[in-house]
Amino acid sequence: MQENAAINRYKSEVKNLSFYYGTFNALKNIDMVLHDKKITALIGPSGCGKSTFLRCYNRMHDLYPGNRYEGDIVLYPDNVNILSPKVDPIEVRMRISMVFQKPNPFPKSIYENVAYGLRVRGIKQRAILDEKIEDALRNAALWNEVKDRLNHLAFNLSGGQQQRLCIARALATNPEILLFDEPTSALDPIATASIEELIADLKDKVTILIVTHNMQQAARVSDYTAFMYLGELIEFGETDDIFIKPKNKQTEDYITGRFG
Amino acid sequence: MLFVGNAKNCLIHPNILLAKYPANLLIQNPVSKELPSKKEHVGKLGYSYRRKIHERFIESILFLSALLSVVIMMAIIVMLVKESVVFFKHVSIWEFLTDTQWTPLFDDAHYGILPLVAGTVVSSVVALLVALPLGTIIAIYLSEFAPFAVREVAKPFLELLGGIPTVVYGYFALLFVTPLLQMIFPELPGFSLLSAGLVMGIMIIPYVSSMTEDAMRAVPMQLREGSYAMGATRFQTAIRVVTPAAFSGIAAAYILGISRAVGETMVVAIAAGMQPNLTWNPMEPAATITAYIVQVSLGDLPHGSVGYQTIFAAGLTLLLITLIFNIIGHQLRKRYREIY
Repeated sequence: MQENAAINRYKSEVKNLSFYYGTFNALKNIDMVLHDKKITALIGPSGCGKSTFLRCYNRMHDLYPGNRYEGDIVLYPDNVNILSPKVDPIEVRMRISMVFQKPNPFPKSIYENVAYGLRVRGIKQRAILDEKIEDALRNAALWNEVKDRLNHLAFNLSGGQQQRLCIARALATNPEILLFDEPTSALDPIATASIEELIADLKDKVTILIVTHNMQQAARVSDYTAFMYLGELIEFGETDDIFIKPKNKQTEDYITGRFG
Repeated sequence: MLFVGNAKNCLIHPNILLAKYPANLLIQNPVSKELPSKKEHVGKLGYSYRRKIHERFIESILFLSALLSVVIMMAIIVMLVKESVVFFKHVSIWEFLTDTQWTPLFDDAHYGILPLVAGTVVSSVVALLVALPLGTIIAIYLSEFAPFAVREVAKPFLELLGGIPTVVYGYFALLFVTPLLQMIFPELPGFSLLSAGLVMGIMIIPYVSSMTEDAMRAVPMQLREGSYAMGATRFQTAIRVVTPAAFSGIAAAYILGISRAVGETMVVAIAAGMQPNLTWNPMEPAATITAYIVQVSLGDLPHGSVGYQTIFAAGLTLLLITLIFNIIGHQLRKRYREIY
């Protein structure tokens, strides 16, 4: 009974995950959980494997030859290991979406950018598209700014707007988990604040895993924080605990700014 | 080349050093020609005439090289226009553009460019129907699908295809493709626009595919990842994201292909026959503008005669056609230039 309750609280569980770029062991025996409809932040110095870990979640590493996963990432409620070779990475990406470091809108109109995921899923009816696109743009706090120019090229938006467009694009397909790979590192402080606010608002709808270089950002937006160092998960817990009373010396050194 | 060991430590690019110092000096004692030591500069902050002159010298060489191509282009245009003016004193522009016969070498001379333009257009269309789709498909495969090893083998072979002399293609069309086509279409004559166009298309494939592939490969990986992250397949990513992102480069490749087809000479001269023939049917023989120019240039018409002068008018027409395509290509590129 108790285990079931735990499973209901978890969206996903990482079990003994290791990852190799060729022979380089980038992630070492990671065990972690993602709490359902919560924000989990990954922090750590450059090269510690945060992004590598994030990109395991939507099998992005499958795009390049020579990469290898070991261990499991179990997705609930299906109770399926999404890293299994029997699972099609496209199926995984249909349910776990991602927002990248640098805004990467497609060379299409604002409307078609948000419609992309829906069109890929074979949705063609204009009424459904219109409705889902408006919803996604509203959820990404972009609707009021772009509703009169949906047919304009997405490149004409500002950097912060482009990133919100990318979030809208990811939201349009109702993903279960949304991955953010340092989503504000290419943005100015004002755009950063609006994206952070948006991420905080999204947590009622979707489970969020966010990689960030910025510890204040992790402290501000996340419910849980994982500190990684040299491919290992050093400490994982509630954000308040990690930032106020870290158990591990390395975590403490990092968040107090002694290295990293 | 002689400088390999030293080049890494050298602040100035070795080519510039070679321009500045005679090569034999560098061979004898490369070390002594390195930058002056820091000590010499102490207390000497100021204006360096030597550096200024040196930079000016390099700049003017670069400028002159750029100027040369412009001057040659202008010279060609001036020559064509000047000689064409002589021709148009004998033949009105109206007759040139509307007469349906091109028989400058006959007693009953007609000077209508239309038959030659038709031959050029038909052979080019046939060639482009082969080259553009195939070239694009090959580029999409090589850029988006092919494993590294396949690409490394296929690309050099493709480029080899572009290195075969056009006269070889011409005889390939005449002696191999035409008989082959005659098995399918028994009524096909020995010379035909179809056969020349098909082979010309094969010849143009590498130009189109190579440039298209370069344009597609220049699309940043982030865009592809964005598409994959949305659950798109490889094919959807290639068609819906990479191709539109590479549009300006692809347009440039197509324009280059069109220009090559319109300007190609040897294949059509050999395999399409040299009879000016106003037809839109690729199954017939016909002369193109280029084939006609070859015919007259190699013939024994006296310089200065109207017959001889026709080749300049024909050449000017050809130049205008390619110029129009280049302008279209330029406009397309400006409209769809990549912004990342």
